[in-house]
Amino acid sequence: MIAEAGLALLWFAAALALLQLFASVMTLVGGQSEAEMGGVVRPAAIMQGPLVALSFLMLMWLFIRTDLSVLLVASNSHSAKPFIFKLAGTWGNHEGSMLLWVTVMAMSGSLVALVERRLPERTMIATLAAQAFVSLGFYAFLLFSSNPFERLATPVPEGNGLNPLLQDIGLAFHPPTLYIGYVGLSVAFSFAVGALLTREVGPAFARAMRPWVLGSWIFLTIGITAGSYWAYYELGWGGWWFWDPVENASLMPWLAATALLHSASVLASRDALRTWTIMLGVVAFSMSMVGTFLVRSGILTSVHAFAVDPERGSFILALLAIYIGGALALFGARASTVNEGKQFSLVSREAGLVFNNVALSAILGIVLLGTLYPLLTEAFDTKVSVGPPYFNPVGAIFALPMIVVMAIGPLLRWRRDSFDRIAKVLILPAVLTAGVIVGAVVLAPGIGLLPLLGLALSIGLGIASLLPLLGRNLLRTPLATWGMVLGHFGLAVALFGMASESAFSTERLVAAEIGDTVEVGPWSIELVGIDPVAGPNWTALEANINARYEGGDPISLHPQSRNFTQPPMTTSESALSTRWNGQLYAVVGEEGLDGRWQLRLWWKPFVPLIWIGGLIVALGGALALLGRLLGDMRKAHQVRRIAQRREDNPLHGAAPEPAE
Amino acid sequence: MSGTEKKPGKRWAIWLPLVLFGVFFVLVMNGLVRPANRDIESAMVGKMLPEFTLPAGVDERPGLATDDFRQGEVRLLNVFASWCVPCAAEAPQLDELARAGVPIDGVAIRDRTQDIARFLARYGNPFATIGKDDISEVQLGIGSSGVPETFVIDGTGTIRYQHIGPIMERDVQIILSEVKKAQTPL
Repeated sequence: MIAEAGLALLWFAAALALLQLFASVMTLVGGQSEAEMGGVVRPAAIMQGPLVALSFLMLMWLFIRTDLSVLLVASNSHSAKPFIFKLAGTWGNHEGSMLLWVTVMAMSGSLVALVERRLPERTMIATLAAQAFVSLGFYAFLLFSSNPFERLATPVPEGNGLNPLLQDIGLAFHPPTLYIGYVGLSVAFSFAVGALLTREVGPAFARAMRPWVLGSWIFLTIGITAGSYWAYYELGWGGWWFWDPVENASLMPWLAATALLHSASVLASRDALRTWTIMLGVVAFSMSMVGTFLVRSGILTSVHAFAVDPERGSFILALLAIYIGGALALFGARASTVNEGKQFSLVSREAGLVFNNVALSAILGIVLLGTLYPLLTEAFDTKVSVGPPYFNPVGAIFALPMIVVMAIGPLLRWRRDSFDRIAKVLILPAVLTAGVIVGAVVLAPGIGLLPLLGLALSIGLGIASLLPLLGRNLLRTPLATWGMVLGHFGLAVALFGMASESAFSTERLVAAEIGDTVEVGPWSIELVGIDPVAGPNWTALEANINARYEGGDPISLHPQSRNFTQPPMTTSESALSTRWNGQLYAVVGEEGLDGRWQLRLWWKPFVPLIWIGGLIVALGGALALLGRLLGDMRKAHQVRRIAQRREDNPLHGAAPEPAE
Repeated sequence: MSGTEKKPGKRWAIWLPLVLFGVFFVLVMNGLVRPANRDIESAMVGKMLPEFTLPAGVDERPGLATDDFRQGEVRLLNVFASWCVPCAAEAPQLDELARAGVPIDGVAIRDRTQDIARFLARYGNPFATIGKDDISEVQLGIGSSGVPETFVIDGTGTIRYQHIGPIMERDVQIILSEVKKAQTPL
């Protein structure tokens, strides 16, 4: 019964989305008054969230109970799986993850309909029309080609199990995080389409959209950071970013959202960059959809190819054509009638943000081109794959200047400024940057150009990012400013980690006998023994390793070569030892015929800073979001109080609007 | 709207995103509609090598081309990379095969000259020629989907045997016997 109820809830929600679309279109073009049909729009949107969420909970319940009469459970779960992975199995497959996608979408639609009251009602109805239109496509996809509740004619005695690579606590919560980010951007998309439909593009629109972009961006940042760490320790290759299509699929919406975040700030504060912001609003969610399409359709092969089905590709492609093509066509038709907004001088904070936007968009283009390039060449019958030799240097052409501007931009004033004013405070970061370059060239002459520039700029940016706090009362500094400072500082921290990893890592591959000692960087590693161990649904050969840092006390490490039985598969479980100045990474491989064991060892100085930096960036975003939300609440409160006062004393006259 | 507002931008630029999306759409349609042959073929045994010419991977060895495999001599073609860990593991076995008198040609996948040189200095150089395949063109053309892989090519340029993964000690005899078999033409 549970499966049928879940499916019924989905159909009900889809019907409400249809109603929401119909009512809002009737209001916008059918001449129906906003009070009549328009009154239906918000409740219809608000209802969908809980309905779909309930449906998702039902699927979760089926997985927890391991109901083997349901096809999805039978093919992706197993009764002997640990509880947490039964739970995570709900979204560790195509149908379940699409239901998660739709759940997040419906919840976002509910929330925006519930709380957003500042925009003109007509624009809100247009926005909700767009949201309903997009949702309908995904409801259709779910119900017609990816039904998660399909029953089996005869229940099977046991399930197939979950891909062992996915049986990891970090990965259990990775897809939900990313999906909240991906799908949260659909609200920004709907706002952009709504604003295009009613031609109401201005600061109020940007302020309404901004929390959604910020929120999605925070989740994307955390999702990408966590995903990178997962790939790092779970795949056992020692790398942290592979420019794999699945990774790029999460990076592209992040780049677009980062650009959007900054241009929306310009629009909210200065009423400039109107068309550009609209366009990024469309592009950001488009990138989410394109990324999902590329991953789901199997059109690009990927090391992460866990859920691939070319059949469904056509369905998503049709959705892409309707939504992205439609929105961009609307943009083409309407954008020329939208004013660009206020102008600014070449040296101003706006100009810095424009530079940032152009650079981010260029990087986005580069990543997109690199991801699609195999497809492009396949159309001409050559097969190629594109890797780090393309992405790293070409991306850096835009990333490095962007970092320089990132260091300077926040110090500039709006509208018009001069370099002379800020030159004095910039001396310290500039000197340090130059100093690091000289120092590194002298002390470590072998390191490549990109890691060298990365190291130097990360130091410069790290210092410069804190400068906007200079001369401020730290307790009275707005949360949004703290957010910006932390966000930029976090990026500097992550950049330092990346550059250091690439400049200073040392790697050893050895075939060691038991009792052998190997040196890697400052560590000496002794292979003490190899023991069999067993887990709930796997057995493993576990190496017992004593690692000494510069002859200090031994740390015991236990990398495993793990054999899963359901389904059969071998994975390497790496063992890590983290110090303040880096990480030791150990993987045990197969046994050779001569009784020696393959050990792969890396010493990666400062590598954890990559992910710590990512989390600092996300924390910065969270502070900025909190600051904006508190500001909005305070403002709403003030408006209410003034209205109250005016009511109490009609002779008092019109009070001025409170400043933001 | 005050006097400091900008005029709307150039009209054609406004349509650019849609045009780009159109290109994307056509490309993806093409990828979806064409009889999908994205699987890398593993059944290349018995087929001729595709035509290719690769530049030299290191200074001290020449590059290689299809014609090098049509000189009437059985050769091994080893797909490797300096960044590939199992390739280092199979190095002693390749040396053993080279000592047994089988000429070995290397194809280095997405690699850099200095990295290849360092790899050879460290693990030995059993190769007669080394070609550099930066876009995996040859690798995919001969039906190899990973590194390392080793192919036995007979004197007419026909692929006779494919070994996937590193050559372990136990594989050496198998490969030697495949080389012997390849000496009699099909």
